[in-house]
Amino acid sequence: MWKFLHPYAKAQRSYELAGTLLPWFAVLAVVSFVLGTAWGLAFAPADYQQGDSFRIIYIHVPSAIMSMGVYTSMAIAALIGLVWQIRLSDMAVAAMAPVGAVFTFIALFTGAAWGKPMWGAWWVWDARLTSELILLFLYLGVIALYNAFSDKALAGKAAGILTLVGWINVPIIHFSVEWWNTLHQGATITKFAKPSIAGPMLWPLLIMLLAFTCYFAAVMLIRFRNEILIRESHRPWVKQLLLKSA
Amino acid sequence: MFKACWSVIERELLSASRRKSDILNPIWFFLIVITLFPLSIGPKANTLTSIAPGVIWVAALLSCLLSLERLFKDDYVDGSLEQLMLTPYPLTLLVAAKVLAHWLLTCLPIILFSPLMAVFFSLDWPTFWAIALTLLLGTPTICLLGAIGVALTVGLRKGGILLSLIMLPLSIPVLIISTLAIDAASMSQPNIAYLAMLGAILVAAITLAPMAIAVSLRISMS
Repeated sequence: MWKFLHPYAKAQRSYELAGTLLPWFAVLAVVSFVLGTAWGLAFAPADYQQGDSFRIIYIHVPSAIMSMGVYTSMAIAALIGLVWQIRLSDMAVAAMAPVGAVFTFIALFTGAAWGKPMWGAWWVWDARLTSELILLFLYLGVIALYNAFSDKALAGKAAGILTLVGWINVPIIHFSVEWWNTLHQGATITKFAKPSIAGPMLWPLLIMLLAFTCYFAAVMLIRFRNEILIRESHRPWVKQLLLKSA
Repeated sequence: MFKACWSVIERELLSASRRKSDILNPIWFFLIVITLFPLSIGPKANTLTSIAPGVIWVAALLSCLLSLERLFKDDYVDGSLEQLMLTPYPLTLLVAAKVLAHWLLTCLPIILFSPLMAVFFSLDWPTFWAIALTLLLGTPTICLLGAIGVALTVGLRKGGILLSLIMLPLSIPVLIISTLAIDAASMSQPNIAYLAMLGAILVAAITLAPMAIAVSLRISMS
């Protein structure tokens, strides 16, 4: 049933598939970025309470969603790499981790920039903020572990295991932080976190979400292709490819 | 099979009793870190009592992580880890036994020292009792989680700081729930729910972590 997937365990086939998919995602990302930012920043109505500063959600919310989505994709790839011993899966984990870390950082940074005028503080120890910060630490741990090995095949496997262990821990972290917060301070802040959003504001948000997803896919594919080339540099097909392009 | 586990534990205890600094250094480190806080924050009894749970737990966490490296490092260097993996017994059980021995050697003494903490921070009886209980339920989880990190980094030359970097974020839930339990006890509220959570996390760690440790060791040794 899954036989059509088997050829892609070969690095060359995966490299070619990534090359075919890349332009589609890239074009879609650019188009939806232009559309989403123009609509969101210029045409969507201003919020009656927050004015124009609410517009940061068009960056903040997609990157926060992606920060969690990327980690889940990493965990799935790591599981596939661990169970079926597919090297390419480990390469995908390594390709995704820095992108996810950057999304997490963007979510934290835009949140802080919005928090200063709205809450009057760059940072509060709110449950959501704290668990996002811990997620950033998890990403950095995976990247640090991957970079510590000189043998990249080992590095990929080790980083995969750490990703899985972290992923099991994510819900526990989430709930413990939620408890910790609710005991110490009331829900003065979180009422802003999930506003029921009006249609004219929602559409650009969804387009931006599409843009971020396609952007992630495109960047991940570029990094994945590079990872394959670096790790398979001793193979004849890589040499041929390099000679052809040189 | 249980005989094999027992002999692993016996060997660990014996080798530690020949090199006492392995046991004494973590406790020593724990006491020094604890002492730094009153010195840096000030000797007011009120402040100290309110920061005590956090300070004690962070110090226990750090001394636990610092001592964890010896869990596999020496055995890796002298090759006995490889011999352990070649035995016909399941590696998950053997590493679980090793972690248990490590916990007996480094974390149990810290728990035994906790009455001293009650004196240092002028804690009342329920708070002290909660601290001892959370340490008893929480430190095995920390050891099991940390052992995954040690197993992943054992082949690296500079694994020490990396181990803390990758394992400290994972130990945050235990830290949070423990301090919540201690806070509840110090305000004489029931804290059995938090203790049950710690127990649940411990059970999950006992069942899942040895597998992750065994897989990580196999990767590191390949």
